[in-house]
Amino acid sequence: MIRDITLGQYYPAESPIHRLDPRVKITATLLFIIELFIVDNFPGFAICAAVLGAVILVSRVPLKFIMRGMKPILFILFFTFALNIFMVKGEVIWELGFLHITKEGIRIAVFMAVRLVLLIMGSSMLTLATKPLNLTDGMERMLSPFAKLGFPAHEIAMMMTIALRFIPTLLEETDKIMKAQQARGADFESGNIIRRAKALIPVLVPLFVSAFRIAQDLAMAMEARCYRGGSGRTRLHEMKLKTRDIVAFILEAAFLVLIILEARYF
Amino acid sequence: MDKVITVEDLTFEYTRGENEEPVKALDGISFEIDKGSFTAIIGKNGSGKSTLAKNLNGLLIPTSGSVFVEGYDTRDDEAIWEIRQRAGMVFQNPDNQLVSSIVEDDVAFGPENLGIEPAEIRRRVDKALEDVNMGEYKMKAPHLLSGGQKQRIAIAGVVAMRPEIIIFDEPTAMLDPKGRKEIMAIIKELHQDGKTVILITHFMEETIDADRVIILNEGKILLDGAPEEVFKRADEIRAVNLEVPMMTDLADRLIKEGIDVPRGIIREEDMVEAICRLKSQN
Ligand SMILES: Nc1ncnc2c1ncn2[C@@H]1O[C@H](COP(=O)(O)OP(=O)(O)OP(=O)(O)O)[C@@H](O)[C@H]1O
Ligand SMILES: [Mg+2]
Repeated sequence: MIRDITLGQYYPAESPIHRLDPRVKITATLLFIIELFIVDNFPGFAICAAVLGAVILVSRVPLKFIMRGMKPILFILFFTFALNIFMVKGEVIWELGFLHITKEGIRIAVFMAVRLVLLIMGSSMLTLATKPLNLTDGMERMLSPFAKLGFPAHEIAMMMTIALRFIPTLLEETDKIMKAQQARGADFESGNIIRRAKALIPVLVPLFVSAFRIAQDLAMAMEARCYRGGSGRTRLHEMKLKTRDIVAFILEAAFLVLIILEARYF
Repeated sequence: MDKVITVEDLTFEYTRGENEEPVKALDGISFEIDKGSFTAIIGKNGSGKSTLAKNLNGLLIPTSGSVFVEGYDTRDDEAIWEIRQRAGMVFQNPDNQLVSSIVEDDVAFGPENLGIEPAEIRRRVDKALEDVNMGEYKMKAPHLLSGGQKQRIAIAGVVAMRPEIIIFDEPTAMLDPKGRKEIMAIIKELHQDGKTVILITHFMEETIDADRVIILNEGKILLDGAPEEVFKRADEIRAVNLEVPMMTDLADRLIKEGIDVPRGIIREEDMVEAICRLKSQN
C-alpha cells in the first residue's frame, strides 16, 4: 500500500495545461497570486474566478481532486473568517454580549476568504498539472540567471530531484522497520501521544541510519557517473518555448493588464 | 594485447580517527587488465574487493603504488573525469545508485554530466535501455521496478556513458535468482560486444564465464589466472574459507573416489563430457 503513494499531488492527464512549459506555468501562478492582491473589489475576484475556472476546465483535473487539497487549510480559512467578522469595527448589525458583527466585518471576512480560496486553488493547479520533475527543472532554469550571484539554483533542483526519487524508498524502509519492530512486540497504536511518540524512537533511529547509508552510497554512485555540479552539464530534455507557450504567456500578460485596469477604474 | 588498466604495487589504507590505527585494505597488489577481457574478482567479506574496485576509477586514491586507466594516472586530478567516463561502475545496491524518479532521466544522468548534446543523449539513452531490454520502461518510476530491473537501469546508466571498462561490484548480491540470471546474461552480452568487464562477486558460479579469475584474500592476491587453472588449486582456495564452483568440487570428490576426471573442471558440459569419455573407455 505504501508503494503507490502519490508524490506531491500531481494529477496525470493529457491536457493543454499539462503540456505547457513549466516556466510558463510557474510565471502564471506567480502572476495569479500577485493579481489576487491587486484586486480590491468583488467584480475583480469574479474575473479571477472565471479565469481559474476556465483553466481548471481545460486542465481536466476534477474539481473534487482540487477540493481534497483544500481540506488542510479549512481550519485557517474559518479562523481568518471568524477573526475578520468579529474584529472589524463599523456599523453593527448583530450583537451578543461582547461579540458583534459589523457590515464592514462581513465584507472583509468574505473578501479575505474568497482571496484565500482562490489563492490556494490557483497555486495547487501548478502542482496538479505539472510533473514534479518538470517543476524542479523549470525552477532550476528560471533561477539559473541568479546562479552567477551565488544562488544555488542547480543544487536546490538536484536536492528536490533526489528527494522525489527517495521519498518512496524511505517510506518503504519505514514500513519495513515498523513491521520488524511490531514483530518484536512494539506497539504504535495505543497509549497517549507521548507514549506513541516514544514508540517511534526505535523506528526513527534505524531510519536515520539507513538514510545516511543511502546518502553515502548515492554520493559515491553520482561521482562514479562523473557528477561535478551544475556547470558544464547538459540536459536530455531541452526546454524550448513552443507557440502554445508564447500564446499562454501573452494571455497571462493580458489578464494582468485587465486586472490592473479593473482595480483602477472600478 | 592492449592494457586498459595497470595496477602497480597498490596499497590502500582507510584512515579513521586521529588516534586510531589505519586499516590496510589492500596490500601491494599488482596486475594488468587486457582490453576486451572478462575478469572475475572473488574474495571473502572484507577481503578488499570493493576497495580495489573504487581504486580502479579514482573514487579512492592509492595510499601508495599507482593505478593507470587507459594511460591516465588516477592520482592526476585533471584526468579524474576522463577516467570515470572510461571506467564505469555498477554498485551492489540497486536502490542507492539511481538518481531520478524517471527511468530515462536516470539513464541520461551520466551523459548529462559529460556535457553531451541533447540529441546525442537521447540516442544513447534509447540505445542503452534497449541493450538491457528495458526499452518499454523508459517513463516508469524506479521504485516500482523489481531489484533486477533497477539493476538493469543502473547498467544502462553506465552504458550510456560509453565506457571502455565496466566494473561490477557484486551486482547480483541483493537480487533473487531470476534477477541474478538476467544481470549475468547482460554482463556476458556487454563483454561479447567488446567491453572490458571486471566482475566482483562472491558467487563462484558467476566466475565460470570469465577468462580470468583473481582471488583476493586479506588485501593480497592469492591466485590469478584462467578459471580452469585457478580452480585446479581448490585446496588453497578452501584453505582461506572460500568455496569452489560446484563442478570443481564434484571433480575433486570423484578423483578422491578413484574416478579419473580432470581436475579444475568448472562447467557442467565439461563434466558431462569427461564422464561420457570415461564411460566409453570402459
Ligand atoms: N570506509 C571505510 N572506513 C574504514 N574501513 C573500511 C571502510 N570501508 C572498508 N573498510 C575496511 O576495509 C576492508 C576491506 O573492505 P572492502 O569493503 O573493500 O571489502 P569487500 O571485499 O568489498 O567486502 P564485502 O564482500 O563485504 O563487500 C575491511 O576490513 C573493511 O572493514
Ligand atoms: Mg564490497
